[in-house]
Formats: sequence, structure tokens, C-alpha cells
Amino acid sequence: MTGFVSLDGVSHAYGGGTGTLAVEGLTMSVEPGEFAAVVGPSGCGKSTLMKLATGLQFPFKGTVTVAGAKVAAPVKIAGMAFQAPTLLPWRTTLENLLLPLEIVQPHRRELPRKRAEYEARAKNLLTSVGLRDQGDKYPWELSGGMQQRTSLCRALIHEPQLLMLDEPFGALDAFTREELWCVIRDLHAMRKITVVLVTHDLREAVFLADRVFVMSARPGRIIVERRIELPRPRDLDVTFTPEFQDIVHELRGHIVKARQ
Amino acid sequence: MTGNDTRLNDIWIKASPWVFTIALFALWEAVVLIFKIPPFFLPPPTAIAQAFVDYSGPILRNSWITFYATMIGFAMAVGFGLLLGLVVGWSRAIYAGLYPLMIGFNAIPKVAVVPILVLWFGIGFIPAVLTAFLISFFPIVVNVATGLATIEPEMEDVLKALGASKLDIMRKVGIPRTLPYFFGSLKIAITLAFVGTVISESVASNYGIGNLMLQAQAQFQVPLIFAGLIVLAIEGILMYLAMALLERRMTRWAQRSGFGQN
Ligand SMILES: Nc1ncnc2c1ncn2[C@@H]1O[C@H](COP(=O)(O)OP(=O)(O)OP(=O)(O)O)[C@@H](O)[C@H]1O
Ligand SMILES: [Mg+2]
Repeated sequence: MTGFVSLDGVSHAYGGGTGTLAVEGLTMSVEPGEFAAVVGPSGCGKSTLMKLATGLQFPFKGTVTVAGAKVAAPVKIAGMAFQAPTLLPWRTTLENLLLPLEIVQPHRRELPRKRAEYEARAKNLLTSVGLRDQGDKYPWELSGGMQQRTSLCRALIHEPQLLMLDEPFGALDAFTREELWCVIRDLHAMRKITVVLVTHDLREAVFLADRVFVMSARPGRIIVERRIELPRPRDLDVTFTPEFQDIVHELRGHIVKARQ
Repeated sequence: MTGNDTRLNDIWIKASPWVFTIALFALWEAVVLIFKIPPFFLPPPTAIAQAFVDYSGPILRNSWITFYATMIGFAMAVGFGLLLGLVVGWSRAIYAGLYPLMIGFNAIPKVAVVPILVLWFGIGFIPAVLTAFLISFFPIVVNVATGLATIEPEMEDVLKALGASKLDIMRKVGIPRTLPYFFGSLKIAITLAFVGTVISESVASNYGIGNLMLQAQAQFQVPLIFAGLIVLAIEGILMYLAMALLERRMTRWAQRSGFGQN
């Protein structure tokens, strides 16, 4: 397989292979620069898929490759964001953003010398998600939506080639969520990074993704792969078109079947 | 509430610890007087105050010794507790292995250890310091280890996917988030340390408030026994306040963000 992120016949069980299977015979491949969305019933192994693809868990069967190399350790090139923003409360927003740069080389080496430059980059990123001048605030001084934006920025600050998002908008209200869809859409278009997004929201998946993968109930595997041909750049208005609604309905049908 | 009311209320809250303390002693005095309780059974506060005056020399000298022994034992507990806490919290295997041992150790009444300490070090200062140490390091270890062990798994995933080492994760997340737990445990540890010192002094020493109280008991000087208790209470309160102040200063972010309160 040639994808940027490929899982080939992957089976995984927590607890050293003795527990029940979380995913079984999972095969999927995401092209470089592609925006992939993964949907499926709750507990089907979506988060597990994310951990396998980033080398946080290792399958007992099958292979995972990322950027052409077999995954045998945490991948080092991924930015991740989850449903909870997981910001550090003792750091300001700006300091939270700089955290990945304190870990990832070559930034780690260059951070002490080029701090001003990196801070400027972080501030630009904050501005691009509508958090201009909020860098000096602490996370608990920000609203949930603002924290989630910060968390997205943290996933992007080191300019990763791969962005892994596990229900990043799940805890937000509908308006903030749609606003952040546009933020992610623009970041993806601008940076041409590969994105894997796990979501419960089918409209979100269809609006953002080039391809939607539908997983079966646990143990999860891919049962449907749906290419979304809606032209880009997509505007929020597209979500009200019949074409869009048809795709959402079709996917819903697959999930309903998967749950049985 | 008007501004004036709030200010009055603030003053009342500031003053109330003093008011309650004075009220307690006044009540005590009154009860002793009204019910004619004999002073060798329960001396009134005025008699205790008299004992403070009469024995000010020995009280000062011995309370200093108790304080000194406690602080050394406490300092050892902080150093050792922090270290052991970091080790225990570092890995799940060490945590699992050492935890039952520590629970067992903590369950031993420390007064039962004093004879062994006396066997090894003789009676006096050293057993007091060591008892203070042994009794007070446990809450520090548990708190530090808990702080490390409760790092959000997702936070760990974010860092690991960036290629962070275990040491990186400890430095960037584990240790900072453990500080509120650590400083919180000092308040508990310092009061326990006093308990340890006094236990050892009253069993195996010729100095210290514990020993002073034991001798006062032998000579039936009941007001002096109570004077000893009050000295211990004052030292305990002062050190507790010092630790609470330290906690407030060192972990501002935790109080303002409501960390650990959910
Ligand atoms: N750390 C873990 N230890 C043991 N079992 C786990 C662990 N994490 C997940 N599982 C199990 O693996 C299965 C898949 O979990 P996973 O978190 O991948 O599901 P999910 O699709 O992300 O669910 P949701 O949509 O609710 O987030 C579940 O049955 C879960 O019980
Ligand atoms: Mg999940």
C-alpha cells in the first residue's frame, strides 16, 4: 500500500492481546494531503485506530505504516487534539502553544535562541483562529471554545505533516463548532497537511473530508469508504444543499446497519 | 448587602478565630469556677498561665528542643518523601510493587518503633528526629506519587506523539502538576512530625516538651502538663500556617484554576 497513513489487516486488543478485540482486520489508507474522516458507532475502536496510527498502541496482527516507515514507536510527526483540550493550567495560552516546540527537534534546539521568532509564529497562529491578543491569558480564563482553538493551535504549531483529531469539536455548541470547521478547512487548504478526523457528527465529516470511512461495531473494521466529491473550497452553505443531505443520509444508513 | 455590611463581615471573619479562642478559654475558666473542679483534675486557664510564668525557663528551653527536632525530622521527610514519591509515581510497576509495603509501614504505630530506635541510637535527640521523620514522610510520598500517576492519559498521548521521552513528560507535565499535591501534603506532614517528636520524647528522652510533660505528671504538676499541651498546640498552629502560606505562594495557578477540586 502506498498511502501516507496505512493500516493493513490490523487487529488490536488492549491488555496485551488477552482482552476482547478493539479492532479486527482493519484496513485503510490515507493519501498524502488528504482529509479523511472516520465515523462509526460508539466504542467501535475509532480512538484505538488513532492510537495505532500514531504508534501509541501496537497491533498484535497487521502492519501500520506512516510516511513510508513501519510504525514501531510513537511517530513524532503528528499533531493531536482531543475532545478535551488538555491544556496545562500553569502555562499561559502562548506558553501552552510553545510546548510542542520544547519537545520536537529541531525546534527544541533552536527555541532558546529564536524564542521571539517562535512566539511571533504562535501569535500568528492564534490570530488565525480568532484568538488575537489572548496569548497571555491562562487556559481557565478562556471559554471552552477558545480552549479548543488553543488545543488545535498546539497540534499545529510545529507544522506537523499529520494532524490527528479525535472528536475535537464534540463538546462545543453548534455555532462554535461550525466556526471551527471553517478554521480547520482553511488550515488544511493552506498547509496541505494530511488530516485524520474522528467524529460522531456526520455533517462535520461530509463537510470537511475528502473521504469518509465508516467503521463497524466493535471489533471495528472499515465497512464503507465514501469519497466526497463536493467541490472545494466548501462554504457552510453547502451543508444545506440536497447533494450534501443525500450523502449524510446515506452514511447514516450505513451506521444504523453497523450498530445492529 | 451594602458595602458597609461587607466590610463589617470581613472584619468579623478576620477577628473570629481570636474571638472563638478567647471564648473557649473564658468558658473553660467559668466551668472550672462554677463546678468547683479541683485544679489537679482540670486546672483553669489562669493556673496554666501562672505555670507559664513560673516555669518559663524550662518551657522555653524544651519547646525549642522539640521544635528543633521536629524541623529536622520534617526536613528529612520532605527530602526523602519527595524522592520516593517521584520514584513511586514514575512507573506503574514500581507503584504496584511499593504501595502495599508503604501501606503496611504506615499501619505500624510509630510508638512501637521507638524502642528499636533507642536500641540503635540510644535515648534522646536522634530517636525524636527519626520518629518525626518516620511518621511524616508517608503523606508526602502518597501525594507526590498521586500527582504523577494522575497525569491525563490524553496529555501523555499528545506529548508521546511528538516524540517526548518519559523524562520530558515528567519535566513538562508530571512535576509541575505534582507541586500542588506536594505543598498540600506539607500541612499534614508538619503536624504529624510534632506528634512523632513528642511520642519519642515522652518515651525515650530527657529533653523536650514530651519529657517535660512526663516529669510534670510524675510530680503531679497538672497546670504544667497543660502548659506543655498549649505550647505544642501553638507550635503546631504556627508551622501549619507557615506551610499553608508556602502552599499559597508556590501554587497560585492551582488555586485560581480550581485544579484538583473537580
Ligand atoms: N485503555 C484501554 N484499556 C482497555 N480497553 C480499552 C481501552 N481503551 C479502549 N478500550 C476498549 O476498546 C474498545 C474501543 O475503544 P475506543 O476508545 O477505540 O472506541 P471509540 O470508537 O473511540 O468510542 P467513542 O466513540 O465512544 O469514543 C472499547 O470497547 C473499549 O472498551
Ligand atoms: Mg473515542
